[in-house]
Amino acid sequence: MNERYRLPYANFTVAVLAFFVGACMALMQALSRADLPLPLRSEQIYYLSMTAHGVLMALVFTTFFIMGLGYVFARTTLGQDTVNERVGWISFFVALIGTVLTAGAILSGTSTVLYTFYPPLQAHPLFYIGAALLVVGSWIWCWLMIRAYRLWRRDHAEAAIPLAMHGMLTTVIVWILATVGIAIEVVGMLIPWSLGITTTIDPVLARTFFWWFGHPLVYFWLLPAYAVWYAVLPRVAGGRLFSDPLARVVFVLFILLSTPVGFHHQFADPGISAGWKLAHTFATLAILFPSLLTAFTIIASLEVAGRLRGGKGLFNWIARLPWDDPLVSCVILAMLTFAVGGFGGAINAAYAMNAMVHNTAWVQGHFHLTVGTAVALTFMGTAYWLLPRITGKELRLKPVAQVQPYLWVIGMGLFSIVNHVTGMMGMPRRVYDLSYGGSPVAAAWAEWTTISAVGGVVLFVSAMMFVLVVFATVVWGKVGQAPAFEYAVPLDPAEPRASVWDRMGLWTVAAAALVLIAYLYPILQLLSMERFGSIGWKPF
Amino acid sequence: MHVDLYEKFWMWLSGVLLALFAAAIIYTAAAQAIQPPSHVETIDPTTSRTDPRFVSLGVTETADGQQVVVMAQMFAFTPTEIRVTAGRPVTFRLTSPDVIHGFQIVGSNANTMVIPGYVSQYTITFNRPGEYLIVCNEYCGLGHHLMYGTLIVEAPGGEG
Ligand code: HEM
Ligand SMILES: [Cu+2]
Ligand SMILES: [Cu+2]
Repeated sequence: MNERYRLPYANFTVAVLAFFVGACMALMQALSRADLPLPLRSEQIYYLSMTAHGVLMALVFTTFFIMGLGYVFARTTLGQDTVNERVGWISFFVALIGTVLTAGAILSGTSTVLYTFYPPLQAHPLFYIGAALLVVGSWIWCWLMIRAYRLWRRDHAEAAIPLAMHGMLTTVIVWILATVGIAIEVVGMLIPWSLGITTTIDPVLARTFFWWFGHPLVYFWLLPAYAVWYAVLPRVAGGRLFSDPLARVVFVLFILLSTPVGFHHQFADPGISAGWKLAHTFATLAILFPSLLTAFTIIASLEVAGRLRGGKGLFNWIARLPWDDPLVSCVILAMLTFAVGGFGGAINAAYAMNAMVHNTAWVQGHFHLTVGTAVALTFMGTAYWLLPRITGKELRLKPVAQVQPYLWVIGMGLFSIVNHVTGMMGMPRRVYDLSYGGSPVAAAWAEWTTISAVGGVVLFVSAMMFVLVVFATVVWGKVGQAPAFEYAVPLDPAEPRASVWDRMGLWTVAAAALVLIAYLYPILQLLSMERFGSIGWKPF
Repeated sequence: MHVDLYEKFWMWLSGVLLALFAAAIIYTAAAQAIQPPSHVETIDPTTSRTDPRFVSLGVTETADGQQVVVMAQMFAFTPTEIRVTAGRPVTFRLTSPDVIHGFQIVGSNANTMVIPGYVSQYTITFNRPGEYLIVCNEYCGLGHHLMYGTLIVEAPGGEG
């Protein structure tokens, strides 16, 4: 193991462990959908394991993986000494302790509140305290990333930020803006309330702060994946990045637009006026734009790769891509899946159409395509790319790694299509059982969900294949020469120079202003009404 | 900044597409008054069961349609069975004395959160007579999947 990568390696280890446990929980839930008489099957375990699955996958796996990736990008593009090792370990342990506290609270059965933890459902105080520590750990990491950039900038006044790091800094800024909302909710409202310091809580205010955080959370996951698509994929595929400046425009648009959109998750809430919901809808549509640009740039970069590899004609370049490279196949499959997921997302965001799908199975179908595949599969591919480079060991069981992404997409196809269909048929999400007193409508859902259970099993097998490859490489990998970290080179040979799209401070200020515009008035409006708080409930 | 011709074309196409989406939303919101349920009214959840707005639950006739007052609580809707008339506007008013619930009438556009401390309200017209399943679509505890009700839409004038 290379000394320099011990810190990211520790972060990746926690990420993969969280993914492993989260996938085991998912298997139990997916099998419930087939309505088999499994031993120990109960509503307690179903909702408890769903809480654990949501938290471990959406919050722990992603956060630790992104922190590890941030260290790798900073060290390989900005310089070895730009990351302060000691502070990095503090960040790691604070986040790890937080994770252990939250996971313990969930497993003890006192915190079956799901990963959205909407009050007045009340979890054990340690559930919230652990979550807060996870965020504090990530804030320390944010500080380290910004510090690394500053140190580098001192000696590189004229240069453009290396693109991988440009994407990572975007991630950091989005995360800081987002976590202000969750910090207010968790530290200001939930922790004192769960400790009995305050007796009541306003659920709509809490939800508003939650979704201030909840939507940019999506971009916190997605932007590091985009950084890999832009800065790593074209290189591994053997091509060039089609447009470097547009990649920067895309990242900056995400800084601006990620946060002022949260009400699109609260379309069905009382207490928030329709006008503000509409305002957030427009920002939501605008944020589709940078993703559409990304689709163009990445596909064009892949075409460059295919043609450099000898592809001719209209489509032959596609066949020439190195489909047997696990990073390439993971990322391309992730992108294709994301195109479908983005289409569904436009429907979720459509103000009036939202009522058809809100809180139905459609929603879980949607986010398993986006975070569950576009992001997670990109991270798996990234792990295959990173492991040999940070451990100096050859990837073990390479054929398994080559098959695994295809299996994931097959499993996800079954799982997700069924959930979209049953969602359109009105099946609610997050339900243990579909009897509904013998209702014929519900019986029609149940006919479909058995297929989603099959998809879930395929997904689980694919997840275990990933874990197996990682484990085998780490334990039995043949030690050799670690391949170098190499990033994509733009098609335009001119060295990119610092431009307005590298002015991160400026864009942060502009984004903060947009957040204020989007939230200040509606929150003041809420605060100025006569409101009645709720005591805590623990119906689990 | 140099931008490739095809890429410029794609950017314009994307922009126009999104503008069309936005226009469609503005049109339905303004011209057809299609809006998500966004009623703003608060209520004390500890006393909502005796609050005059929620003491008589169920259907009442109003000048221009029907009003249905529903209490959503762990793990049932009261009343469990609701009968309304097809073709007339029905205004639902809901609240919760405990945690957050959902109120979704399967096979229709009726879908709202029910949040303690707040009153949800929206109006909808059912044109197709028949029996509809009502489900809670927000996790509200271990009995979440047991929380459902029935809506019966009767043909106008008929005995149903
Ligand atoms: C091993 C593959 C996976 C399977 C079989 C699986 C299956 C499931 C199932 C059955 C549910 C419950 C849905 C419901 O009843 O509402 C669920 C929820 C969820 N999953 Fe997955 N999933 C997988 C991977 C992932 C990944 C990779 C992520 C994200 C990185 C993810 C994120 C979530 C989230 C956030 C929830 C929501 C929990 C909630 O509604 O509170 N899943 N998953
Ligand atoms: Cu969102
Ligand atoms: Cu419920």
